[in-house]
Amino acid sequence: MRTSRRASYDGVVVTTPVTIPYQRYSVESAHWWIGRALRGLVDASGISPRDIDGFCLSSFTVGPDTAIGLTQHFGLSVRWLDHIPLGGASAVAAFRRAARAVQAGDADIVACVAGDTNHVDSFRRTLENFSRFAADAAYPYGAGGANASFALIARHYMNRFGISREDFGRIAVSQRDNALRNPNALMKTPLTLEQYMAARPIADPIHLFDCVMPCAGAEAFLVMREEKAAAAKLKGARVLGTIERHNARLDDVVQNHGGWIADIDDLWGMAGAAPGDLDFVQTYDDYPVIVMMQLEDLGFCKKGEGAEFVRSHDLTIDGTFPHNTTGGQLSAGQAGAAGAYIGVTESIRQVLGTAGPTQVKDARLGLASGFGMINYDRGLSSGAMIIAGEG
Amino acid sequence: MTDNTAIAFATAIAQGSLRVVDLTFTLSPDMPVIVLPPEFGQSSPVRIQQISRYDENGPGWYWNNITVGEHTGTHFDAPVHWYTGKDLPNNAVDTLPVEHMIAPACVIDCSAQAAADPDFLLTRAFVEDWEKSHGRILAGHWVLLRTDWSKLGPRDFANLREDGAHTPGPDSNVMEWLVNERDILGFGTETIGTDAGQGSHFAPPHPAHHFLHGAGRYGLQCLRNLDQLPPTGAILITTPLKILNGSGSPLRVLGVAPS
Amino acid sequence: MVEPLQKPGRKNPLDRTRQQALPPAGRSRKGQLLTLAAAQGRFALQCCSECGLFCYPARDACPNCLSADLPLTDAPNGGTIVSETTVRVPTDVYFRERASWRIGIVKLDCGPEMVAHLHADCYDGERVRMSLQLDKSGQAVAFARPTEKTPNQADDRQWREMTATPKFRRALVTNGRTALGQAVAAALKAAGAEVYVGLADPWKPFPGEETLKRDHHVVPLDVADERSVQELAADLGGKIDILVNSTEHVRPGGLLDRRVTNAVKDEMDQHHFGFVHLAQAFGPAMRARGADGVNSAAAWVNVFSVYALANWAPFGTNSAAQAAALSLSHCLRGELRLGGVRVVNLFTGPLDTEWFQTVPPPKLAPKAVASAIVAALENGTEDVFVGDVAEDVRQRLLANPKALERDLNQRIS
Repeated sequence: MRTSRRASYDGVVVTTPVTIPYQRYSVESAHWWIGRALRGLVDASGISPRDIDGFCLSSFTVGPDTAIGLTQHFGLSVRWLDHIPLGGASAVAAFRRAARAVQAGDADIVACVAGDTNHVDSFRRTLENFSRFAADAAYPYGAGGANASFALIARHYMNRFGISREDFGRIAVSQRDNALRNPNALMKTPLTLEQYMAARPIADPIHLFDCVMPCAGAEAFLVMREEKAAAAKLKGARVLGTIERHNARLDDVVQNHGGWIADIDDLWGMAGAAPGDLDFVQTYDDYPVIVMMQLEDLGFCKKGEGAEFVRSHDLTIDGTFPHNTTGGQLSAGQAGAAGAYIGVTESIRQVLGTAGPTQVKDARLGLASGFGMINYDRGLSSGAMIIAGEG
Repeated sequence: MTDNTAIAFATAIAQGSLRVVDLTFTLSPDMPVIVLPPEFGQSSPVRIQQISRYDENGPGWYWNNITVGEHTGTHFDAPVHWYTGKDLPNNAVDTLPVEHMIAPACVIDCSAQAAADPDFLLTRAFVEDWEKSHGRILAGHWVLLRTDWSKLGPRDFANLREDGAHTPGPDSNVMEWLVNERDILGFGTETIGTDAGQGSHFAPPHPAHHFLHGAGRYGLQCLRNLDQLPPTGAILITTPLKILNGSGSPLRVLGVAPS
Repeated sequence: MVEPLQKPGRKNPLDRTRQQALPPAGRSRKGQLLTLAAAQGRFALQCCSECGLFCYPARDACPNCLSADLPLTDAPNGGTIVSETTVRVPTDVYFRERASWRIGIVKLDCGPEMVAHLHADCYDGERVRMSLQLDKSGQAVAFARPTEKTPNQADDRQWREMTATPKFRRALVTNGRTALGQAVAAALKAAGAEVYVGLADPWKPFPGEETLKRDHHVVPLDVADERSVQELAADLGGKIDILVNSTEHVRPGGLLDRRVTNAVKDEMDQHHFGFVHLAQAFGPAMRARGADGVNSAAAWVNVFSVYALANWAPFGTNSAAQAAALSLSHCLRGELRLGGVRVVNLFTGPLDTEWFQTVPPPKLAPKAVASAIVAALENGTEDVFVGDVAEDVRQRLLANPKALERDLNQRIS
């Protein structure tokens, strides 16, 4: 039963999930990767670039350009444009904005794209210039980047709730299992819990297999009204509920919660669903600690029970709680801002039944969430969406 | 040509019958300069600053800027240096008669006495005794005080103690006598000044300066190699820089003596 | 536990001297407020003048009431570590060379959470004493140290990156003739340094000469003479880790009561050109040796008159020479920073020496300046005001520079 006062996303579909296979390093620019994704949308949908009248972009490495520069670069003439710098929360936010635009008639067909390149030194540069607070007050402390920031969060979280590395390891190991079924995943060898535990430390308690592998890649989808999709003969997924939250007012001294906790009732209320109704979940997995936090804050278990949850569930594609079915960023790779999209494009495929080797049997309803922007000591942006198949 | 005295002089030098002795210290920052109480103005020490040395500041040439006081290194004192000579005509290095720049010299050897007593003072009696051996000092001669002080290291050379410098020099009486009774051209020493280290306590203070310059005579100091000159029979070539109204000048002092 | 620092052996001449990499230096304008605090050894944060909230990281508006009035304010330096990590694979060359590196989050008693460098004896859950330090980039960083004395505390590897401790380092004090130079040499030696002391005009005797020659290496150095400085640098340039420019050439007088420029030129020769000569002769080698192990080049210390900051007419030309040298120090600071060598400026009021004989007290004992130098090196500060007069001038400059100018002028009678 719907209990949220928010207007629904009825009449809008998200369609045409595109993934440009990732590469560890690329000599190409971000523009190249974004261009491949746009072409992928056009090829998969049969929609002419001239009919794309809305464009939403996320990228860390496209500078000094933003979305506007890319309209000319790619020959797009749009009447609605957005550039979303929310890192791991960008995909949920892109859908939310695009959906409202097409509902209101400000645009008919919005291409949402995220893409980044990974030159040999671009990761360090991104870290060094990530944010003013980071440059002032985080990066000069050991220059560990996100690894160090999440290490501080993870250690505190582990101490606070009595979580062991093995608990995080279950998440990483199950995702690797999933990745072995994803031909586009960068990680192609099995990972055991023993290997996870024996990996070299990066920033205690973060070890090698807690970290994503930065890479180049792009992801994209289209947002349009149902009748437009039907006219183009495109299968689309519906979004039953979605939330976003930035800089949630939490009294955590060190981050124990993501912003989902602030709006969780709206998420489920809009969707008229409960956590137990879902067929799969795609969390934002920059580190296993954030996955566990999401499982708690999104309502799959109570705060502090994340470890028990992962112990008592099988998180593989065929398991009791199919989770991050592509292998997620931990095993497929983190293609910059495209890392926000990987769970959303995969969720669209799952509910449309087009996920291929990673398909969860009879998947109809799933959740994709996002998390991003360690501005200083904690991730500021969070979002989530509940996606359903047609009918 | 041999009846040309100037050519004969040059020939004698070229052929070695006359020796040329360099009586000059190298102009260097290490050379002590006169020390006055610090509230007075001070002489600049010698500074040599490179302009270029076949480098980016001048690829093909080497040259320096130098800074010196008029009274640094081996140097010449003109009458205008002292208040007693301030009103005399031609009393500065740019106006003094060039004929005075080549003149004979008497060398009085006090090296043994100075070695025994750094405060050794040259007296009239000492000079008169010297005249018994070497003849009367003639008018227009330099009188040079040989103390071998120039052979000392910088610290002993300056020989500063709590009550000031202790270096040999003339007493008041002998200076007045040399100027008035012997009509000398000037007085030269190996020490930092023409006066003794304790000369400021004499009456009048700094008698060498007082009497020499008051009578339009000259001073030379920081000389060396005086042991290579004969007691009489040598000439000095002393050509100070032609500094506008200069009170003195560093200079190259050459002695010429029979071989 | 911190192992005591060992005296380094001789360098292997076949090894390349490690070049200085620098930690990340980017900071916002407001972030530089903390640089100001760190330079003076203060623990200070922005504090909202309207609602009283201490803010960190540096902001342009209060996150509680949006006031833009967030002055730098001395803050209580207590805190508790709430998480820590050891960064083992940094992305940056400086930290990669020094990995592993411990950092933590400190919950400050005054409110904010602060990511901080951790002393080796500080652990998760413990109380710590916070300070702002200047890292090798010359930028402010937070550092957490134990609240109590611990063995070999100053020898901590991470702490030493923030300081220029004299221990096992080789120092050159430029002027051994003065009471100041002698006090500085003695203090540096007592702090564990091997001390070279420069002496101009070695033929001039001076009080304290015997002790100086007994305790230190006395070397010929006339800072006003370019050649003298270059010749000493040719011998010692590669071995000087700390250079203390203690040049002190004070002559009373303003402009109008002196009719010649000679004394003024002497002051410039000593203070301004002396600085130039020292910098050009010793600076390049020091800059190249900032990461050269335990006895790396670490600091260049200047002892300035506080009247470098505001002209004191009775010593007016001296003030000007001091101001010229102070300006040079800021130039040098930028140039030496590339090598990880810091420039420490001490500002002093009149010293208790013959040249300030007629100046009424308070006057500064040379020993007090010497102690302040060692403290600045050990604590890693950059701008130090020594004594009551210097502190008085600092505060009045902040309050009303024009009033200070008038007051310093009027002392001429």
